[in-house]
Amino acid sequence: MNHFLSDTVALTGRSLKHITRSMDTIITTTLMPIAFLLLFVYVFGGAIKTGAGSYVDYLLPGILLITVATGISYTAFRLFMDLQGGIFERFQSMPIARSAALWAHVLTSIVGNIVSLAVVVGVALLMGFRTGAGFGAWLAVAGILVLFTLALTWIAVIPGLTAKSVDGASAFSYPLIFLPFVSSAFVPTASMPGPVRWFAENQPVTSIVDTIRNLFAGQPVGNDIWVALAWCVGILVVAYLVAMLIYRRRMS
Amino acid sequence: MSDHAIEVRGLRKSFGALEVLKGVDFEVARGSIFALLGSNGAGKTTVVRILSTLLRADSGSAQVTGVEVAGNGRRIREVISLTGQFAAVDEILTGRENLVLVARLRHLKDPGAIADGLLERFALTDAAGRRVATYSGGMRRRLDIAMSLIGAPQVIFLDEPTTGLDPEARLEVWAAVRRLAASGTTVLLTTQYLDEAEQLADRIAILHEGRIIQNGTLAELKRLIPPATVEYVEKQPTLEDVFLALTRKEARDEPLPE
Repeated sequence: MNHFLSDTVALTGRSLKHITRSMDTIITTTLMPIAFLLLFVYVFGGAIKTGAGSYVDYLLPGILLITVATGISYTAFRLFMDLQGGIFERFQSMPIARSAALWAHVLTSIVGNIVSLAVVVGVALLMGFRTGAGFGAWLAVAGILVLFTLALTWIAVIPGLTAKSVDGASAFSYPLIFLPFVSSAFVPTASMPGPVRWFAENQPVTSIVDTIRNLFAGQPVGNDIWVALAWCVGILVVAYLVAMLIYRRRMS
Repeated sequence: MSDHAIEVRGLRKSFGALEVLKGVDFEVARGSIFALLGSNGAGKTTVVRILSTLLRADSGSAQVTGVEVAGNGRRIREVISLTGQFAAVDEILTGRENLVLVARLRHLKDPGAIADGLLERFALTDAAGRRVATYSGGMRRRLDIAMSLIGAPQVIFLDEPTTGLDPEARLEVWAAVRRLAASGTTVLLTTQYLDEAEQLADRIAILHEGRIIQNGTLAELKRLIPPATVEYVEKQPTLEDVFLALTRKEARDEPLPE
């Protein structure tokens, strides 16, 4: 493990170049969330009752989660392509810290998603998104989003390692993209019929969305933030353990 | 320390019900070129993957520089280098960046100077700043082999180094392999091309259906079949001769041989 840090830095530098040299991945990552933002704010938004405040303020937290869910499918894709192309075998046959190759992809995913999130927030600002959040609240939002990205990235590592085709490596993200629709992200859960409402109120997205929304609005976050953090950490730990188990078996 | 750079005894490996290696034995002398010859699916890649710590054998022993591969992955990875069947280069990086990356991962001092030296040696200096995606098949393979030399590994595995290359690129790779062996590196290469084994290898082992069915020098292998009869035939250029004569840049200005 003595070279773990330097190996991870070298390999992260490499995969970051994959992002900076094909900025189209950032653009396509942000395209769908921005389309949802436009569609819901300017088409459906007028018919959705969310109480006081503008609908774009209400909607943005959910859109940010969709941005991350779209972004991590590229992580699975890049990992899959490395395994296919033989460059992973080259790394694994060299005297490097073996988990560095995986961590490099994870760190790259976080950087790529932060850029995408910044782009989406920028578009929301142009569309009239306003927040009274101070530095502390912004920091808390950023922290939750990074934690959420980390958790989802480790989920993405699993299909990246196990997929048999390119399509399989990225298709897993569709359910993650649509999970926010059955939550408080687009409409208040109170409008939903019983079982759907129960699901919406007890799935991870709702607590994360409510926390970010309250932080932006300068409202107390209450218990939601702990539920949100518990979900993120729980998903992170389980996904990390499963991904590492698969990785060790594959690289035996 | 053993005299052999590689020593394999009774190596077995199955994938589910499919028995790929059924007890493989061979050894490779230090500083020699050893060819593992076999058709597709004979198990050549499986042998290489076991020796380069990417795969665990079911049973048998495999030693590299006298060290058992199983359980000593890290020590083995310090002394070997693998050039896989598909050029393991990063297409988005430039040629130079690929070399620098490998030098950094081998924890060497001055990765930039190492990269420049290899670019020069493999005639890639002009293409150093270009993305590998723009390289020809032969250039990629050359870069691939150059990446394998970083850190001066004692043993190099080349898995089908010329598969998919045009004749010109194939000769370039052969020249690179010969230079390697001349510098004292042990080379184990797998190939399905008989002429490649004939051209390069000090010893040739034929791997067939998971077993080594013959192992010897080219002369020894030739002695296995009835002695050659002397016949007089008109020497016709092979298609390869014709192709190379027509495509060689330096040959362009000279008249073609009759």
